[in-house]
Amino acid sequence: MGKTLAEKVWDAHVVRKGEGEGANAQPDLLFIDLHLVHEVTSPQAFEGLRLAGRPLRRVDLTIATEDHNTPTLDIDKPIADLTSRTQIETLRANCKEFGVRLHSLGDKEQGIVHVVGPQLGLTQPGMTVVCGDSHTSTHGAFGALAMGIGTSEVEHVMATQTLSLKPFKTMAINVEGTLRPGVTAKDIILAVIAKIGTGGGQGYVLEYRGSAIRALSMDARMTICNMSIEAGARAGMVAPDQITYDYMEGRPHAPEGADWDAAVEYWNTLHTDADATFDVEVDLDADALEPFVTWGTNPGQGVSLSAKVPSPEDFGDENAKAAAERALQYMGLEAGTPMKDIRVDTVFLGSCTNSRIEDLRAAADIIRGRAKDPNVRMLVVPGSARVRLEAEAEGLDKVFKEFGAEWRFAGCSMCLGMNPDQLEPGERCASTSNRNFEGRQGKGGRTHLVSPVVAAATAVRGTLSSPSDLESAPAGTLTGIAV
Amino acid sequence: MEAFTTHTGIGVPLRQSNVDTDQIIPAVYLKRITRTGFEDALFAAWRKDESFILNQAPFNAGSVLVAGPDFGTGSSREHAVWALKDYGFKAVLSSRFADIFRGNSGKQGLLAAQVAQDDIELIWKVLENAPGTEVKVDLVSKTVECGNVVAPFDIDDYTRWRLLEGLDDIGLTLQYEEDITAYEATRPSFKPKTLPAKVDAR
Repeated sequence: MGKTLAEKVWDAHVVRKGEGEGANAQPDLLFIDLHLVHEVTSPQAFEGLRLAGRPLRRVDLTIATEDHNTPTLDIDKPIADLTSRTQIETLRANCKEFGVRLHSLGDKEQGIVHVVGPQLGLTQPGMTVVCGDSHTSTHGAFGALAMGIGTSEVEHVMATQTLSLKPFKTMAINVEGTLRPGVTAKDIILAVIAKIGTGGGQGYVLEYRGSAIRALSMDARMTICNMSIEAGARAGMVAPDQITYDYMEGRPHAPEGADWDAAVEYWNTLHTDADATFDVEVDLDADALEPFVTWGTNPGQGVSLSAKVPSPEDFGDENAKAAAERALQYMGLEAGTPMKDIRVDTVFLGSCTNSRIEDLRAAADIIRGRAKDPNVRMLVVPGSARVRLEAEAEGLDKVFKEFGAEWRFAGCSMCLGMNPDQLEPGERCASTSNRNFEGRQGKGGRTHLVSPVVAAATAVRGTLSSPSDLESAPAGTLTGIAV
Repeated sequence: MEAFTTHTGIGVPLRQSNVDTDQIIPAVYLKRITRTGFEDALFAAWRKDESFILNQAPFNAGSVLVAGPDFGTGSSREHAVWALKDYGFKAVLSSRFADIFRGNSGKQGLLAAQVAQDDIELIWKVLENAPGTEVKVDLVSKTVECGNVVAPFDIDDYTRWRLLEGLDDIGLTLQYEEDITAYEATRPSFKPKTLPAKVDAR
């Protein structure tokens, strides 16, 4: 019988098969092709190596960057927050001691770890990629098996370049059809999460398939795979194709010459065989999708933007009902309110979900020639220093600044507010990030997850809005929307 | 890692689903570079509310957390496990755990016991009717006991064995170092390396 994409990548990395069968089987030992490191989840792992007197086995398969704590203003000055500064300085000292390549704040390759790997060409099809960050699932967009790990596992990978893992089950997410204008990859994944729930993917590797997925750019596929973890899945994948190869070719660490040919020959085998079966299949109709938005405090609590805030009574399950009640209270929302009537204070365009060049272009296309609602502040935080440079070369920074948005330096920023970019208590935000948990963007902050184009339209109108709600779209505005 | 066989301690009913790791430990506490000392960070936002369960005796001395489904969703932060352990928790009961949280627990000797939601509801009732009731978690027989409730729990056999033996993962893997070296010799040359560093010339 044939294999799924996930099974092929898994099987190609087995160093040692676990003994036993079925539920009693020991885990397999898998080789890890790329280990991405950042300042938050690594200090205790480096310390563990030091205490045990162990070397870092493969520094040539390891790369670090600074992202979670880094400020997005005044990056040439010392970091004001002393604990943040200590954590960054600890990463620098550890990388120096163990010989790990590090892209520090101010470096052209610095940025969010999940933006940096792909843009350097280090993320490639068929690889195993790990990082002490749950959004490592992003790299699955290349047909890699990529997953977030905890700090003990970070130390394990540093010491052994392997991970002990029990095989996952497989789930196909079939998205057929054509997205309507203004509907994006973010809306696909928010709809998937709302459909299967925050625990629906638990124990599975998701494979996104179907004509709507095949039509997506790499940036858009990364958005989808990024949020697999929000459905409970540790990894999400898209089979590589010509769009993947076109993205890869010429990147600094992409294979060259004969290596490129050998790589492509291998990459062409990385798809689910026709006679393979998934443990579960889920279908989503792309034609019927509308822009999506969350109303609650977990990413599964989402609805179409044209819908109303649901009532706890809409949920049959007692736990879901209680969760909805609590979420509405935290979010300061009343059941039955049209989502589009909800006024926001802040718009955040950024995060490993939506901070790549196409995301910035799509948002810029919406706001170009329009005025920002004066009561809304908008933060634009490119995913990497390289994305920032690229955007500036295209003049996107001017579009954002003329609109009245703040044009910042790269990092995780307001997605999780470990740096000074935070919401105030009660402040409401339309955010292109990935988590609407209580307090995630700042204590008491209220988050609505949206796509970049919805974020942009919301900044214009001041209320949650889709691009189609905007009056008299300037000619050509909608052509650049990434789907 | 310390071995885990059985534990008996005060049960804490946390009637909530989707307890994400941002709630277990807010991001601001992740700036520390130590592996211990996170007891103040556990449920930091919720603990500011006086009515929160951990602010009430005898629950503040609890060591077995009994939570709703989908516990530990979200971020991969192992700090969530460290904070629970540092506060004094030895076990968490839920009908469903997020994968990464469950993995992190297993590495750190915190028992993540998967108990059917119906049994969780029964245990909640016992703990709410008689605060301070102890919960016995027995990893050998894979059962929990609380008042008159006796329920089985699930945990994968490999994690159970490691917990019972108190085994260090890295030490286990390094027994197979020859296999790792042999695998490395077979990797194709087109696979990327981070060193020597190449960057965009632009």
